[in-house]
Amino acid sequence: MRDTLPMKNTSATPLGLGAKRVPSGSLQAWLPRLVLAPSVAISLFFVYGFMLWTFVLSLTSSRMLPSYDFVGFGQYARLMANERWWVASTNLMIFGVLFVLICLVIGAFLAILLDQKIRQEGALRTIYLYPMALSFIVTGVVWKWLLNPQLGIQAMVQSWGFESFRFDWIVDPDMAIYTLVIAAVWQASGFVMALFLAGLRGIDDSIVKAAQLDGASLPRIYWRVVMPCLRPVVFSAVMILAHIAIKSFDLVVALTGGGPGYATDLPATFMYAHAFTRAQIGLGSASAMLMLGGVLAILIPYLYSELRSRKHG
Amino acid sequence: MANVIRRQTPAARLGRGLLYGVLILAALFYILPLVVMLMTSVKPLSEISAGTLLSLPQNPTLEPWAKAWGEACTGMRCDGIGGYFWNSFAIVIPAVLISTTIGALNGYALTKWRFKGSELVFALMLFGCFIPFQVVLLPMAQTLGWLGISSSRAGLILVHVVFGIAFTTLFFRNFYVGIPNELVSAAKLDGAGFFRIFWRILLPVSAPIIVVSVIWQFTQIWNDFLFGVAFSAHNTQPVTVALNNLVNTSTGVREYNVDMAAAMIAALPTLVVYVLAGKYFVRGLTAGSVKG
Repeated sequence: MRDTLPMKNTSATPLGLGAKRVPSGSLQAWLPRLVLAPSVAISLFFVYGFMLWTFVLSLTSSRMLPSYDFVGFGQYARLMANERWWVASTNLMIFGVLFVLICLVIGAFLAILLDQKIRQEGALRTIYLYPMALSFIVTGVVWKWLLNPQLGIQAMVQSWGFESFRFDWIVDPDMAIYTLVIAAVWQASGFVMALFLAGLRGIDDSIVKAAQLDGASLPRIYWRVVMPCLRPVVFSAVMILAHIAIKSFDLVVALTGGGPGYATDLPATFMYAHAFTRAQIGLGSASAMLMLGGVLAILIPYLYSELRSRKHG
Repeated sequence: MANVIRRQTPAARLGRGLLYGVLILAALFYILPLVVMLMTSVKPLSEISAGTLLSLPQNPTLEPWAKAWGEACTGMRCDGIGGYFWNSFAIVIPAVLISTTIGALNGYALTKWRFKGSELVFALMLFGCFIPFQVVLLPMAQTLGWLGISSSRAGLILVHVVFGIAFTTLFFRNFYVGIPNELVSAAKLDGAGFFRIFWRILLPVSAPIIVVSVIWQFTQIWNDFLFGVAFSAHNTQPVTVALNNLVNTSTGVREYNVDMAAAMIAALPTLVVYVLAGKYFVRGLTAGSVKG
């Protein structure tokens, strides 16, 4: 015990913390762990336990209700043979790659432009970023209206005299997936801009000045000097955007409903439809596990490089 | 690094003009959908079919808003999204308060009372930020049933707290790491206990991170759709689910103005938060999704 300190200091502690001395060792030493215990328990049960549980379900023949009649990896085999799953996976590739790339290009471009001592920079930033505060459902509802061929953008441009103007992607099974890209880019690219801008503001001016003294042109400075410094920002942005893409569910529901047909299905909507409305719990669980696999495939290299760069200073 | 390009040659001036042109075009791309949504929401139906997206409302009316709030059909029922709007608040407020409180205590315990394995505990919890929620939906549905709170607001609050504390713990942990340990050590020597130190030393300086955490959780939970649609019944739906039902209810004439008014109503709370506290919103976004 540490009762070696004089006992009379109680009333005049520097912070006015005053009062009683707490018996150390016993309760106090365990309090931090006690405080953390519920969260750890929650995490073990609701995150890890549920992941395991879903995995177990994916090995069963569960349909409307969970049953524990094991069929090995049969559901995964069914999934691989399911045409709709392949449409959903292919869609995710198209959507994910375009969404991430376009967001990065627009985000970096706007950030560089905004970094040129712009008047009203704050106002512009606010405008670029506000869609990120909206629900994907709201975004989907708005863009569904804008993309409506009879009353939306197509009708407006046609009324300006461009009679042959066509922009009916939302009802075209081959093009509908790109409407998801448009709406998602609208929502998230401002956020990428904010990430890049924060990165740009963190770069040491002297590097740029030195490059300028060497006579490098501005675009060249950005491309050769500034962008390499922003590698970590690009990395985090890709990570976040890919994550948003894999989890995309609400946007599809609100904008296209997965249609026309199932032309814009993504794994997230596939999983929901099979697990909750089509009474295919086993198959739905298998698709959820593959989604988890997809997230881990992105996450693990990211965490690995993060930890490595920290160790190497 | 911007003072670099202040040269007043005509070419430079043209460049500046072009720069502003591009920035303003981009601003239009982001702002126009909101403008169209707002204008459409105050037009009568006849004006919508006669005009185009950008034609200004001739006889602005708040009727679509009233209808969206109190009469529009969301699936079977036709009593607007007003009730669901309050549902969302009834879910969001407790969930935000509880998850932020737990996150603050966790962050404090993880940084100022480190123990063997505390880093592991943090890593363990952090993983919850990254999982696709599809992987927990089915077990969650069954667990809520066992607890007797399926399709209830209490159930949704539980779900949002459970999957929110990973984020709130991350926020507070990263914030408290930056608070010097000297004060805490001195207070410990003086015999102050766990909660007393938290209350007297950490909490008074936590205002910024509390704001970040509250805003982040508020927007996340308000905007949630997946949990809302999976774990609610007719009378406990959050507003995002009601909005989606309203837009997809196919009875009679499509009332686009009512759809847009409903979308505005569902969007307003988070927009207001964003306008009032944008700085903290951005901080939460970056901290929440980047740092580990």
